[in-house]
Amino acid sequence: MSKKMHIKLNVNGKDEEFLAEPRELLIYTLRERLNITGPHIGCETSHCGACTVTINGKSVKSCTMFAAQADGAEITTIEGIGTPDALHPLQEAFKEHHGLQCGYCTPGMITRATKLLEENPNPTEEEIRFGMAGNICRCTGYQNIVKSIQAAAAEMNAAKEAAE
Amino acid sequence: MIPAAFEYYRPKDLAGVLSILEEHGDDARVMAGGHSLIPMMKLRMAEVPHLIDLQDVDGLHGIDISNGQIRLGAMVTQAEIIDHEGLAAVAPILREAALQIADPQVRYMGTIGGNVANGDPGNDMPGLMQCVNATFHLIGPEGERSVPARAFYEAAYMTAREDEEVLTAVTLPVPDGGYAYEKQKRKIGDYATAAAAVQIVKEDGVCKAASIAMTNLSDTPVFSEDACAALLGTALDDAAVKAAVTAMLGDIDPSEDNRGPVAFKKHVAGVILRRAIERAWSRA
Amino acid sequence: MKDDVTRDERVANLKGMGCSRKRVEDARFTQGKGNYVDDIKLDGMLFGDFVRSPYAHARIKNIDASAAMEVPGVLAVLTAADLEPLGLHWMPTLAGDKQMVLADGKVLFQGQEVAFVVAEDRYAAADGIEAVVVEYEELPVIVDPFEALKTDVVLREDTVQDGKPVDGAHGPRKHHNHIFTWEAGDKDPTEEVIANADVVAEETMYYHRTHPCPLETCGCVASMDKVNGKLTLWGTFQAPHAIRTVVSLISGIEEHNIRVISPDIGGGFGNKVGAYPGYVCSVVASIVTAKPVKWIEDRMDNLMTTAFARDYWMKGRISATKEGKITGLHCHVTADHGGFDACADPTKFPAGFMNICTGSYDIPTAFLEVDGVYTNKAPGGVSYRCSFRVTEAVYFIERMIEVLAIELNMDAAELRRINFIKKEQFPYTAALGWEYDSGDYHTAWDKALKTVDYEGLRAEQARRVEDFKAGKTRKLMGIGLSFFTEIVGAGPVKNCDILGLGMFDSCEIRIHPTGSAIARLGTISQGQGHATTFAQILASEIGLPADSITIEEGDTDTAPYGLGTYGSRSTPVAGAATAMAGRKIRAKAQMIAAYLLEVHDDDVEFDVDRFVVKGAPEKFKTMKDIAFAAYNQAIPGIEPGLEAVSYYDPPNMTYPFGAYVCVMDIDVDTGVPDIRRFYALDDCGTRINPMIIEGQVHGGLTEALAVALGQEIAYDDMGNVKTGTLMDFFLPTAWEVPNYETDYTVTPSPHHPIGAKGVGESPHVGGVPCFSNAVQDAFRAFGNRHTNMPHDHWRIWRTANALGLHD
Repeated sequence: MSKKMHIKLNVNGKDEEFLAEPRELLIYTLRERLNITGPHIGCETSHCGACTVTINGKSVKSCTMFAAQADGAEITTIEGIGTPDALHPLQEAFKEHHGLQCGYCTPGMITRATKLLEENPNPTEEEIRFGMAGNICRCTGYQNIVKSIQAAAAEMNAAKEAAE
Repeated sequence: MIPAAFEYYRPKDLAGVLSILEEHGDDARVMAGGHSLIPMMKLRMAEVPHLIDLQDVDGLHGIDISNGQIRLGAMVTQAEIIDHEGLAAVAPILREAALQIADPQVRYMGTIGGNVANGDPGNDMPGLMQCVNATFHLIGPEGERSVPARAFYEAAYMTAREDEEVLTAVTLPVPDGGYAYEKQKRKIGDYATAAAAVQIVKEDGVCKAASIAMTNLSDTPVFSEDACAALLGTALDDAAVKAAVTAMLGDIDPSEDNRGPVAFKKHVAGVILRRAIERAWSRA
Repeated sequence: MKDDVTRDERVANLKGMGCSRKRVEDARFTQGKGNYVDDIKLDGMLFGDFVRSPYAHARIKNIDASAAMEVPGVLAVLTAADLEPLGLHWMPTLAGDKQMVLADGKVLFQGQEVAFVVAEDRYAAADGIEAVVVEYEELPVIVDPFEALKTDVVLREDTVQDGKPVDGAHGPRKHHNHIFTWEAGDKDPTEEVIANADVVAEETMYYHRTHPCPLETCGCVASMDKVNGKLTLWGTFQAPHAIRTVVSLISGIEEHNIRVISPDIGGGFGNKVGAYPGYVCSVVASIVTAKPVKWIEDRMDNLMTTAFARDYWMKGRISATKEGKITGLHCHVTADHGGFDACADPTKFPAGFMNICTGSYDIPTAFLEVDGVYTNKAPGGVSYRCSFRVTEAVYFIERMIEVLAIELNMDAAELRRINFIKKEQFPYTAALGWEYDSGDYHTAWDKALKTVDYEGLRAEQARRVEDFKAGKTRKLMGIGLSFFTEIVGAGPVKNCDILGLGMFDSCEIRIHPTGSAIARLGTISQGQGHATTFAQILASEIGLPADSITIEEGDTDTAPYGLGTYGSRSTPVAGAATAMAGRKIRAKAQMIAAYLLEVHDDDVEFDVDRFVVKGAPEKFKTMKDIAFAAYNQAIPGIEPGLEAVSYYDPPNMTYPFGAYVCVMDIDVDTGVPDIRRFYALDDCGTRINPMIIEGQVHGGLTEALAVALGQEIAYDDMGNVKTGTLMDFFLPTAWEVPNYETDYTVTPSPHHPIGAKGVGESPHVGGVPCFSNAVQDAFRAFGNRHTNMPHDHWRIWRTANALGLHD
């Protein structure tokens, strides 16, 4: 066993400090150490995206990053995206447009989609399909996921316009 | 999938990296984005007792374009390559290729340095870098040196980089003419069944310069001088393109895998190359 | 009493059957608050994981765990020797065979469970696995089922006695590596019809091995509470009650002392029906250590060991008159079951419902024979998004129809039309024994062909062929057709059981005094949205808003016994139980209403959300009123409370059907297909929630696309799995998937209480042949007859190449 490291993270706005083996993968830090179980484990080889979180503004597959690499980082998971009383428009849209079935891919999917809409607030269907291609869903066939993201984009753009 | 235990280092400068490499020799490895290495460690197919994370190392970041030269720090990610408007303006083939690598999340982590340095024949950047005639900059205990991309790859995972050396940057001349990066793959996230990088300069309807390399069709990327020569001085008529394709097919040596048998790969290599040449020519 | 809402508004307020009610499950899933098995964390919980065999066939000479026991955090290493005294080194399979829990002297497939390492955390478990030293002696590997039936190599020593094969669970063996022969239909008459037919088409097809691969792998947490003598087992179980019974039977723990809980399940598709060694080892480890033990597969374990699907070699002969009227069908299957026969089929059906292979057609004479075979591959044979082996059956007949159309030089759509079972023939008894409940195939087919402008597509295709021949294009166009009939909702207990457990299902309803309710069922959702749709059934049946009804499943301590969710059986069986239990509630409510309204029971009638006095609709009692009275008013002759339970044994299966059309362009030079259009018409009888039906269709079609175009579990000659990660095992992303057009007709099931038939699996069953037919149809004009799936790039290219289309 190697020596433990002192790691600091800010997860969903909360500072966390702990000692961990260097080989601790970030997904396990989140799920098992911090009890943030929204991000899931699907493939473990960075293909499925169920473990997607946002780290310092980037969409990242947390199964393929050591917690040590994230030392000092700001991390947002699905738990930090909306609250029960104020859901994120993407969370509303996925509910409204049947963008999920078993729910297992959903946290990673929505977390990735928040970033996609930052990168491109007005994506075409093709851009959504390309921009979401790092997240696999086995249930929905993606059609309603695309629809949900389009609806959320429209909603967010309308809200932005109204605010201006 | 849990990797074996290791010591983790995050040095701030290259001197720090080199001293760890020197101390631990074969037992130490540098890591950039980690998206090739970490899965291998998780599958316990790579054992790395001392892991050196390069993310904080000074001088490995940034894209610079000046005097007809492009410099990409080793830690520049695929996402940064895609998002850099200045780079896309002078070397659009880089964006076109980077968009065909993996998926958005992986492109946020995957770096040019990692992609070219680890010697995986499936990686896209090595072939592309041979096409654009890039130079790889290494630093080691003996100091700095440069190796042309076209002389860097020896065999699968075997390169001109010594164990105690680190790849710090990639430089390339601003490419000239029309470009294309054409890739066939089974799905997003897959390596190429066949991929071709092509740059062509056209003057008065004649090919003045051509550069052609292909990916995942041998245990190294394949830059084919004969294929380039076949196009030079021609108007890229069918015979010239055929000659280039034939030359390339003589240089590749694909092996059978889940993507298909050798005959299929050779055929597709020819098709993909032809399409890349035609697209590059149309943009030249 | 004042009533200021219209009847339509009252109907709308219920959110009952037929409306696209939004899912109640989604609030937690969209906020990351699902509760899947790997989210469970208990005090002192340990982790277990397997040492797995790198070899496909080997004798185990020695297992040395001493170094592993030295790894900090490793508490125990279980081997077959440890399980043997408990009688748990082997376990029964759902197919009447038995399977090693941990390798007992030898291994039969790569990835087989050899030892179970129990440790304080998953890191120590992983290190412990690395430290176990197993000495193997390699044995000859048999991966080809036809070779398996010829070789002297004995895969399973328990199949031979005194040098002769002993009988298996389904009768005599033809060879020591042969598992069973199963027959349906009439052999001699079928041979006679085929021998005397105008036209006979013959084809052999291989339906490749694949895997359901839900995004969440299999796993469990076992917790033996030694103080109270009670075992709790959380897991990814599609059939929690059956798992409890099986655990009780093999462990000897009485069933009331076992609580099985299926929490949220991240997709099942058949992968999570069976019982796996991980479950048994976790239970044993928890008993041994007196601590909770978690076991979660990684993705490679999942693909390599738990529950493959398909792997059927199918040989068919179909005969017809020269006008195209089908006269007979013969099908022989060689079924590769791997090292153990662990198929998840009803006991009497070792090849599932493969005998639905006459499809949607009125075929007077048919015969089916299936031979099951052992090989050095993983066990399984689950129904991947289909009822038992129905995907194989439908693929077989929909390919045979295409081949017959080629033989007859006929249009394949027309050939289907003239052979469909006619509307007036239902209920229809097929030559292989099933009684189809209802159908209107011609209406569905005509609607589908008209919507896609079938004739226009054929004309376009003909032009494309001309252009191709003239060198103007290198892309061919394929039109894929399929018409499928599913057989779902197992099943009548008289012929469907699993390990002796009758395949009924159940619902228990408790109405609360204030007019809300909870209903519990024997099924378990893995994404199908039961909490939403079962509440809709109940809302329509009992007149309380769906939003006031909680649906609970998956906890054997609280839910009534049922056989679980797979084979599209939830709506046909548990949905029926729900409606029947609701009707019991309504019957009692009627008596209460009559008492409250001071009229005779027969003088009130149910109307949406209330009972009204016949002829005087202003006199009524709402179900809410009635619920309150049921608990709070002494009513002579009626006991307090408002509860009901129904155990539903369906009189028959249901037979959903559909008509699919796929239009595909194929790049002849690279083998890359491009799906231009996909039209899916489904008839699942009464539609409970159109939004959810559409979602199920999208998902099933996407899994069909995957299977048809690339998804396979491939082995090399040494029995090594070549497709163990998601790099090589094809799960399409949003980028590879098209938009689908969905449509429907409604032909209710006459025997189901609400006329519903089930839909989750139809799109997979119908989709696979549709995609495959599109690929094959593209090459029909150039002489293609049949090529095997998966149609990945190189195999499509190979077809083009073999037809001489490359220069």
